[in-house]
Amino acid sequence: METGTAKRTKEELRKKGSRRIPRTIQLSQGAGGSMMEALIENLIAKRLDIKSSFVGSGIDKLEDAGIIDLGDIKLAFTTDGCTVDPMFYPGGSLGSLSVGATINDLAVMGAKPIAISFGLILEEGLPLDILERTLDRMSAVCKESGVPIITGDTKVMEKGKVDKLVINTAGIGIIQGDIISDYGAQPGDKILVSGTMGDHGMSLVALRFGFQSNLRSDEAPLWHMMEQLLNIGGITSAKDATRGGFSPNINELARKSNVCFYVYEDKIPIKPEAKRLGEVLGIDPLSTACEGKIIMTVEPAKADEILETMRHHKYGKEAAIIGEVRRNPKGQVMLETEVGGRKALHTPVGELYPRIC
Amino acid sequence: MLEFRDKTTTEALIKEIRKISPENNIKVMHVCGTHEMTITRWGLRGLLPKNIKLICGPGCPVCVTSSSEIDFAIKLVKEKDVILTTFGDMFRVPGTGSSLSEAKSQGADVRVIYGIDEAAKIATKTEKQVVHFSIGFETTVPSIASEILESKTLKNFSIICSHRLIPPAMDYLLSSEDIEIDGFICPGHVSTIIGCEPYGVLAEKFAKPMVVGGFEPNDMLLSILMILKQIKAERPEVENEYTRAAKKEGNILAKKMMNDVFETCDRGWRGIGIIPNSGLRLKDEFMELDGEKKFKIEIRKSQDLRPGCKCGEIMKGKAIPQDCRYFGKACTPENPIGACIVSAEGPCYIAYNYS
Repeated sequence: METGTAKRTKEELRKKGSRRIPRTIQLSQGAGGSMMEALIENLIAKRLDIKSSFVGSGIDKLEDAGIIDLGDIKLAFTTDGCTVDPMFYPGGSLGSLSVGATINDLAVMGAKPIAISFGLILEEGLPLDILERTLDRMSAVCKESGVPIITGDTKVMEKGKVDKLVINTAGIGIIQGDIISDYGAQPGDKILVSGTMGDHGMSLVALRFGFQSNLRSDEAPLWHMMEQLLNIGGITSAKDATRGGFSPNINELARKSNVCFYVYEDKIPIKPEAKRLGEVLGIDPLSTACEGKIIMTVEPAKADEILETMRHHKYGKEAAIIGEVRRNPKGQVMLETEVGGRKALHTPVGELYPRIC
Repeated sequence: MLEFRDKTTTEALIKEIRKISPENNIKVMHVCGTHEMTITRWGLRGLLPKNIKLICGPGCPVCVTSSSEIDFAIKLVKEKDVILTTFGDMFRVPGTGSSLSEAKSQGADVRVIYGIDEAAKIATKTEKQVVHFSIGFETTVPSIASEILESKTLKNFSIICSHRLIPPAMDYLLSSEDIEIDGFICPGHVSTIIGCEPYGVLAEKFAKPMVVGGFEPNDMLLSILMILKQIKAERPEVENEYTRAAKKEGNILAKKMMNDVFETCDRGWRGIGIIPNSGLRLKDEFMELDGEKKFKIEIRKSQDLRPGCKCGEIMKGKAIPQDCRYFGKACTPENPIGACIVSAEGPCYIAYNYS
């Protein structure tokens, strides 16, 4: 995206430095941070960028879904590869996550999900009841959203060649109104989140570190809520805050829209327990995944109505207006901290590790 | 917790700081990664008067670990059939050439753990040799000492002992003629172990204010105010702001355990040089747990800083990250050249992400 300024922004310098991609794949390249962005933008998307007149928005746009433009009909098309350890956890499971992620990628583009496919890769020796429970969870989420699973593929791999169960899903959605992009935020817009940030990630962190907690994954298919919001109108950009959570996703919105997202820290909803656990472990809930939350920008005149509608929906009870879009500094997220200090909020690099001291 | 983050208190403290702040530049150094996190996390630098400079000293344990130690760990895990454990921050720091993260992606068995007890647990469940790359300051050392005492009978467990001590580094910086520091915020976590007395010696020797500070935003601001008051009254001494956790005498039990297992030695700090008595090594009776002695591996000449990298100058408070020609261009958190841009506690990482 052209910035129109002679001086290169920090994000551009970051890109320049990121061109050297390590010659073997590292874990941090899948963690939703800037290392992952670099791999996708500078290698994957570049090698697979094939033009076609049917493509309304292709892989080079790096959006939650691509757009197929058939003239009168516009379709959104997306895919997700899912693996979680453990496979079942408070508030969710691998099965529900896999289809939920696909439904949400379509929903944030303004597309009504109409069909889903799956690919199952099973490890030899996987207990059948795990597969049964996983399929039941997939089915339940699709029923709730009114989306059929219409095709699939199943492979079994030799023991040790894959970890238990990996699911790939793909989904098609139909766009009946405006396409919601991740680059349309305008100065003056309000910034909204549909609920507490970091629930999914922090609940898994609690589980992995053996902390007793009431935290649950926030997994939720968001099409029905999104449908109501689309009917109100005024949404200028949206993203679901999945991998990497709030920080990388809001940064992507700011960078692609080439505006400043100015956010008040005390307005960002975070469960007190997630906040406390984050402080104990040195892990920022703003950089851990959500699986049922949207970050969006809304024209100021519509913001209150959108907020109220979100709050009336079961998946948006803790929605909040957390800030506003400003002109400068372009492409950055500025956070006004609880004590009144100001800082740029950046995309984390890779995996999150607790600090040493 | 509330009063330590209360905005009204923050504003009152800032007002007091402005009132007492002299005209000239005041350089206050801290030597703790978590202090830097607090400063940047809450955006405190922007709240202070412009002439109060907060400098991030060599308080990030990852940043000061020399390349030779990292090179040794990489060569060990690549060439011998061992499991190498380390803390996450260490994982991506480059040695002379590559990092442990790269070694892992090429097939070496490197595991990120959160406490040394996990490494010992791995050792009890495998025939393989388990080597823990053990870094950290006084805060980390007692837990390592305790595990050494418990695991000394394990035949397949050892550590690469890369521990360092903070007060000798402060002494070294204050002794250097070309480094100007007007006061220290002393590391609260380290002080819960070693207490406040070691800084008292330094305050007297160098006539500089020393305040042991906590980790909430208002802790830090109060510590700065206490330093400014000392400067104004010309009474350099050690004071304790973090009374709720750090005691004058520290943690006697932890100190004893440290002394039982380790002894001091001279050690090189990446980018700074050899600091006398600033390192810890295992005492002779624990020699069998010393990974460097157990696996005699020759490493080629290592290089701490690539020519032009200013990590060392930055940690001494003589340069800022923006002075470095690599910073933000060839050297980024994704593709680090120096160590200071990798750890979330490193001064370059922090400048890159929060300035």
